[in-house]
Amino acid sequence: MSSETKKILTTDGIPLEVSLKKAEKKNKIKAFLLVAPLLLFLIITYVFPIGEMFSRSIDDKMITNMLPKTFKEMEKWDGKELPPEEVFTAFYYDFKVLVEKQEHGKLGQRLNKEKNGFNSITKKLFRQVKRKKIDESVSIKEQIMKVHKRWRTVEYWQAIKRTAPPYTMAKYLKGMDMYYAADGSITQVEEDRRIHRILWLRTLEIAFFVTLFCFLMGYPIAHLLATLPMKYSNLLMICVLLPFWTSLLVRTASWMILLQQQGVVNDFFVMIGLVADDNRPEMMYNKVGTYVAMTQILLPFMVLPLYSVMKTISPSLMRAGKSLGGTPFVAFWKVYFPLTIPGIGAGCLLVFILAIGYYITPALVGGASGTLISNQIAFHMKQTLDWSFASAMGLMLLSGVLVIYWIYNKLVGVDNIKLG
Amino acid sequence: MSKNPEFVKFDKVDKSYDGKVLVVKDLQLDIAEGEFITMLGPSGSGKTTCLMMLAGFETPTHGEILLDGNIISNIPPHKRGIGMVFQNYALFPHMTVYENLAFPLRVRKVEKDEIDKKVDKALSMVSLSGFETRMPAQLSGGQQQRVAVARALVFDPAVVLMDEPLGALDKNLRESMQYEIKHIHESIGVTVVYVTHDQSEALTMSNRIAVFNDGKVQQLSNPAELYEKPVNSFVAEFIGENNTFNGEVIDIAKDKCKVKLANSEILANPISVKSKGEKTTVSLRPERALINPTDKMDNMFTGKIEEVIYHGDHTRVRLNLLGSSEFILKVPNSTSNLELKVSQDINIGWNSTDARALDPK
Repeated sequence: MSSETKKILTTDGIPLEVSLKKAEKKNKIKAFLLVAPLLLFLIITYVFPIGEMFSRSIDDKMITNMLPKTFKEMEKWDGKELPPEEVFTAFYYDFKVLVEKQEHGKLGQRLNKEKNGFNSITKKLFRQVKRKKIDESVSIKEQIMKVHKRWRTVEYWQAIKRTAPPYTMAKYLKGMDMYYAADGSITQVEEDRRIHRILWLRTLEIAFFVTLFCFLMGYPIAHLLATLPMKYSNLLMICVLLPFWTSLLVRTASWMILLQQQGVVNDFFVMIGLVADDNRPEMMYNKVGTYVAMTQILLPFMVLPLYSVMKTISPSLMRAGKSLGGTPFVAFWKVYFPLTIPGIGAGCLLVFILAIGYYITPALVGGASGTLISNQIAFHMKQTLDWSFASAMGLMLLSGVLVIYWIYNKLVGVDNIKLG
Repeated sequence: MSKNPEFVKFDKVDKSYDGKVLVVKDLQLDIAEGEFITMLGPSGSGKTTCLMMLAGFETPTHGEILLDGNIISNIPPHKRGIGMVFQNYALFPHMTVYENLAFPLRVRKVEKDEIDKKVDKALSMVSLSGFETRMPAQLSGGQQQRVAVARALVFDPAVVLMDEPLGALDKNLRESMQYEIKHIHESIGVTVVYVTHDQSEALTMSNRIAVFNDGKVQQLSNPAELYEKPVNSFVAEFIGENNTFNGEVIDIAKDKCKVKLANSEILANPISVKSKGEKTTVSLRPERALINPTDKMDNMFTGKIEEVIYHGDHTRVRLNLLGSSEFILKVPNSTSNLELKVSQDINIGWNSTDARALDPK
């Protein structure tokens, strides 16, 4: 009997657990309803777009749907020599449907991304089909092969075959300067065309140094904020927050005014004789400009978490450190600094993650050597309209951030972050 | 080895924070080696400022502070070798108890074995052996307090300063800690400068008490003398309970004076009054006035009970006496207790030596 746990009953004879659940139920529903709008908002604005972005980045169904018969026949083709008559025939009938639906152009563009030269030969084929020059009673293979010599080249048919699966990782490979070679293996692009890798590294580098600069400048400010008497610290706080109240674009534009070759900073350098008038240093449209402007813009994100942590550190701890015989430096390093680590962690993570996806500032003051991966994403969104590639890079950026967050969690522990 | 009677010396120290108001005025205070001295006073009386100047966190505006004959005004806090227990303990929250105690030793580059030994000894002194690996947040308030005391003592400082260290503890714990600190002081003989605004704490623990008010030491003496023989009405008022009569001296002899109140006259002990016609405040401890005195006393009056308050070990009786309804009596609760009832008339008497005629309030 002793092993049997006795159920505690209420005075009405209902088990206590049931009774408790019943009593709590109303509160739980209330709590959920309070959270529901935000939850819905998050799902609509966050989970859904990211899912959409992901599916777009790997989606390759368009071509699968355009050439259903061809891909069916191609399953039997080994892909080493020119495909057999049946593949050509199937392709012809697929293509005829596309011509009727006026969608042959899309096919040409899509295939052209896979291999250069498809656009012109599909147009040529289109003209033949439109004029009904293809005789369906004799070998279609022969007739298609006559349209252009590329239709006689096996690499082009291999390229079509590669587009068969409804999903592709090609965009992700492209983001890492790699591609599927003719035989389907993953290959790196030629050395002089590896632009994305440079951009990734540059993004990491700039984000790292911006975080470092923000830390080096923000730490003393935050300390001052936390220790000054109220009337001064409020003023300083306003100075820190002032940039927040100004539009990002305005701030970036003012940095352009300051940093350009005929700008205020250069004028000042010339005035104090630091540089010659005819040899003004380039401080914009390169990394220097990006560093300066981004550090200034992201500084509050470092200062605020640091400040909120430092505010909670009792000044008597530093005094205790000193009275116990520690020099001011030892007292700072052994007592004060370790206590600010949660704030440092939060500030650095915040600044780094913001910096890694920064867009407007590098676009305006970055120039060619200061552009970041986000500018590349924007470029593909707006200029090339290759949204799936933009999505792929966006997701790579996101997963990069998640990895950093994970590493950070391992090193510092997310519980140690303190934002305020 | 003779004890240095001027181990710590405040020599004409002034302190002002804003250049307008003096927080400490012309402080002259000698503290003997091995002494437990308490600076007692209401908040804002300058006692904590004095402590901070001694610790080195504040600089005197004028005057010198000497430690063992050396001027220390220009020595930074970490070189003074003064231990300090802070109001909120100021334990380092990211270090274990051991690391907290080892901190002052490590910065002094003490050998590892030596550190272990000293930490061990200090912890056993505050009966916290075995708590080395705990974090301060895992300790109760009293335990944190003891760690703070151990940390201030572990590096064998010449002087230990304590800034209201028991303020955050509850009453019972505070009382037991008072004895504990007193015993630690007696066993190792370190000089302790203790700051508090709690008079019973000061009376319990100290060899001598310096009562601060308005930036000045009002009285510096041992607890008994401070209580029994306050030199001015502030001290009389601040330490313990006090019945006061305001009046004017109408006759004065060597050890007795006659004070005229609103409508009666009492005999008092002239302390700070010198001549006839001076205004004075007469101070009388509640327990010095007796009900229905059997002996002959030179002050005998009849009062009317206004209120009876039961306090466990004693009963407080508020009387209307000599035109004032604020006269307090303390009656010990014993079996032979009198039946005290409101609006009853009783006879009260006290000796004139216990009624001290002090400066007018």
